Amino acid sequence: MNMNIIVCIKQVPGSNKVEVDPVTGVLKRDGIESKMNPYDLYALETALRLKETYGGTVKVISMGPPQAMQIIREAYAMGADEGILLSDRKFAGADVLATSYTLSQGVREAGEFDLILCGKQTTDGDTAQVGPEMAEYLDIPSVSNVKRIVSVGEEAITVEMDMTHTVEIAKVKFPCLLAVEKDIFMPRLPSYVKMRETKDKEIKVIGFSNLKDQDEKKYGLNGSPTQVKRIFPPESNSKRELWSDSEEVLADKLFKKLKEEKFI
Amino acid sequence: MAKLVINNEKICDKEAFIKICPFGALEIKDGTVDVNDACKMCRLCVRKGPEGAAEVIEGQVKTIDKSAWKGIAVYVDHEDGEIHPVTLELIGKARELADKINHPVYCIFVGAGIGDKARELLHYGVDNIYIYDHEAFKHFRIDVYTSAFEDFIKNIMPTAILVGATNVGRQLAPRVAARFRTGLTADCTVLDIRDNTDLVQIRPAFGGNIMAEIHTPNARPQLATVRYKVMNAPERNSKARGKVTVCDLSNVVLESDIDVIDNVEKAREKFIENADVLVVAGRGVKSQDDLNMIRELADLLGGEVACTRPLIELGWFDAKKQIGLSGRTVRPKLIITCGVSGSVQFAAGMNNSEMIVAINKDDKAPIFKIAHYGIVGDLYEILPRLIAKIKAEKGA
Ligand SMILES: Cc1cc2nc3c(=O)[nH]c(=O)nc-3n(C[C@H](O)[C@H](O)[C@H](O)COP(=O)(O)OP(=O)(O)OC[C@H]3O[C@@H](n4cnc5c(N)ncnc54)[C@H](O)[C@@H]3O)c2cc1C
Ligand SMILES: Cc1cc2nc3c(=O)[nH]c(=O)nc-3n(C[C@H](O)[C@H](O)[C@H](O)COP(=O)(O)OP(=O)(O)OC[C@H]3O[C@@H](n4cnc5c(N)ncnc54)[C@H](O)[C@@H]3O)c2cc1C
Ligand code: SF4
Repeated sequence: MNMNIIVCIKQVPGSNKVEVDPVTGVLKRDGIESKMNPYDLYALETALRLKETYGGTVKVISMGPPQAMQIIREAYAMGADEGILLSDRKFAGADVLATSYTLSQGVREAGEFDLILCGKQTTDGDTAQVGPEMAEYLDIPSVSNVKRIVSVGEEAITVEMDMTHTVEIAKVKFPCLLAVEKDIFMPRLPSYVKMRETKDKEIKVIGFSNLKDQDEKKYGLNGSPTQVKRIFPPESNSKRELWSDSEEVLADKLFKKLKEEKFI
Repeated sequence: MAKLVINNEKICDKEAFIKICPFGALEIKDGTVDVNDACKMCRLCVRKGPEGAAEVIEGQVKTIDKSAWKGIAVYVDHEDGEIHPVTLELIGKARELADKINHPVYCIFVGAGIGDKARELLHYGVDNIYIYDHEAFKHFRIDVYTSAFEDFIKNIMPTAILVGATNVGRQLAPRVAARFRTGLTADCTVLDIRDNTDLVQIRPAFGGNIMAEIHTPNARPQLATVRYKVMNAPERNSKARGKVTVCDLSNVVLESDIDVIDNVEKAREKFIENADVLVVAGRGVKSQDDLNMIRELADLLGGEVACTRPLIELGWFDAKKQIGLSGRTVRPKLIITCGVSGSVQFAAGMNNSEMIVAINKDDKAPIFKIAHYGIVGDLYEILPRLIAKIKAEKGA
């Protein structure tokens, strides 16, 4: 059998150690270098392993600014066969709904597929919502928190879904979307040889005008029902208290503190 | 159409201006500042830049009739009928929000054989619990669950829906949100509501390094997920009030593309990296027998035991339990160190923990520099008293 797999990858800031200046409210970040969302490496690795076992192709798709080509190059160096970048000013300011819609439109341009793989979440937006929303737009079944692939058949794939207290073993019909857990497989390192080989490999860039649905209200800011009103620093837990007292009083104070913080 | 416009003539220092943008979306091209598609519309440049330098031109927004949407709904999170405690916390929050705008509180409960479980929830302050009870819902399957959810929203039209940010909620809520083309805010830590029924949602992003306030002003229902142990569960009221409504399934899709072959209890993996609560033993613990006290406290708090390197060298623990530079890095919600001096090598493995409590009899111990609550005292006097208090509380 041959599996056509699409992997969704996102470019994220190189470090999430951003800090908000409490006075100006401006985010401080060391440099603006960026990288592939680390959770997406697991999705890509899963795709590559499936391809190695069952044959087929691995395409990667990303929505982002032109700089995001860099992560598609990285995916090529790991073994991806094709890369698509969805990039347009009209896609800017997208929340999860608009991002998922744009990706689902992009996937339609990518041709036939059996399986879409997403990472568990990103390290910036951190919502874990894009996968299931995309699946909804594509009208295909989805399973998140996939920690193991049990078996692959002609018509369905069987996976283990991690739940809070149990593990659900689910057989999902193709085509479907899976969001995989970190550690499902150890991601390989990009190969230097492949990197050189794919240096000039084409990356298909798709803009708004290439998409089937030409309703601008569904993309970017206009297609986003959620609005970020403000961004501010978290209340830092930087206050330090030192308690000295009789042991009886100390035990009691600690008990009350733990209760107040809901640990008891 | 809403968009961000940059008025270059209002900007004196262009280099300084583009630095405002945390997402690298502002760039200088041929001497003029322009916005690229990395823009997240966070509006920081509007607020922090010179007056008028960046402005959002709001286009025509589609208006909706907000008064048609009434009630705050809670999704009853469960695995095979076992209700997750986050549900009660959300009911408590929903009640608080609903009272502010004079709306009812609803629950939607999708499962198999769940009638009794639903009635129990009536003790926590819900006006109406809508149950979708069928064998098809025995195990969580996203397609059929979404269909039931869709039916609920179409019939009841709640203005806001709160869903626990569990492994189920975090996939079901987005699917539902996309079906209704509405907004979903993830992992809210603060929720409030305005008189016009708009939810004020605050959530962490960038791994907790920043907070964002998010609104969903032009779409209904408004969806939000909330993690476990963020909100307060209400006390159980001995009298049940409200009612349980059994929903008709004629418009619900019961055939699924997902076949659940098995559902197995998870073996509890006890990695210290995954624990929410850690109690750490250091060399201040005098003998191996005394570790029982440490274990007992960890058990009572639902946590795990970890240790410093000298205790590994004594052979008291497996090396997997060591925190620090040459051990594991942990970031639990709570860490209590007992008789740990707080060497730099140890601190390197735990100083990002959310709440650090240190018990040490030496008030000069370096651990007190990083502890949020430093307790100067003898662990042999404090721990037994603390354990007794927790036991009394739990027994009560
Ligand atoms: C501070 C902040 C808070 C935000 N909060 C919310 C919110 O609560 N609700 C909301 O709707 N939006 C929110 N957004 C917007 C949202 O983060 C982004 O718009 C983003 O496009 C999608 O979400 P994510 O990064 O959370 O991805 P996730 O849903 O966490 O990503 C899951 C997987 O989807 C795939 N994926 C995600 N994005 C892309 C992409 N661009 N291209 C290809 N594959 C992708 C990857 O496989 C990834 O592993 C927020 C943005 C910011 C800056
Ligand atoms: C290269 C290198 C790597 C290392 N890596 C690690 C590492 O990964 N992890 C690690 O833990 N260490 C590591 N160490 C060792 C580290 O330097 C410290 O020696 C070690 O952390 C000390 O452990 P401790 O706090 O348990 O013991 P001590 O430093 O001996 O502290 C014991 C503390 O208990 C207090 N105390 C005693 N009795 C009581 C009582 N009855 N009640 C309350 N308090 C009491 C004392 O006041 C004292 O502060 C490393 C060292 C090196 C050189
Ligand atoms: S709105 Fe925010 S993301 Fe967009 S350009 Fe301004 S600062 Fe950057």
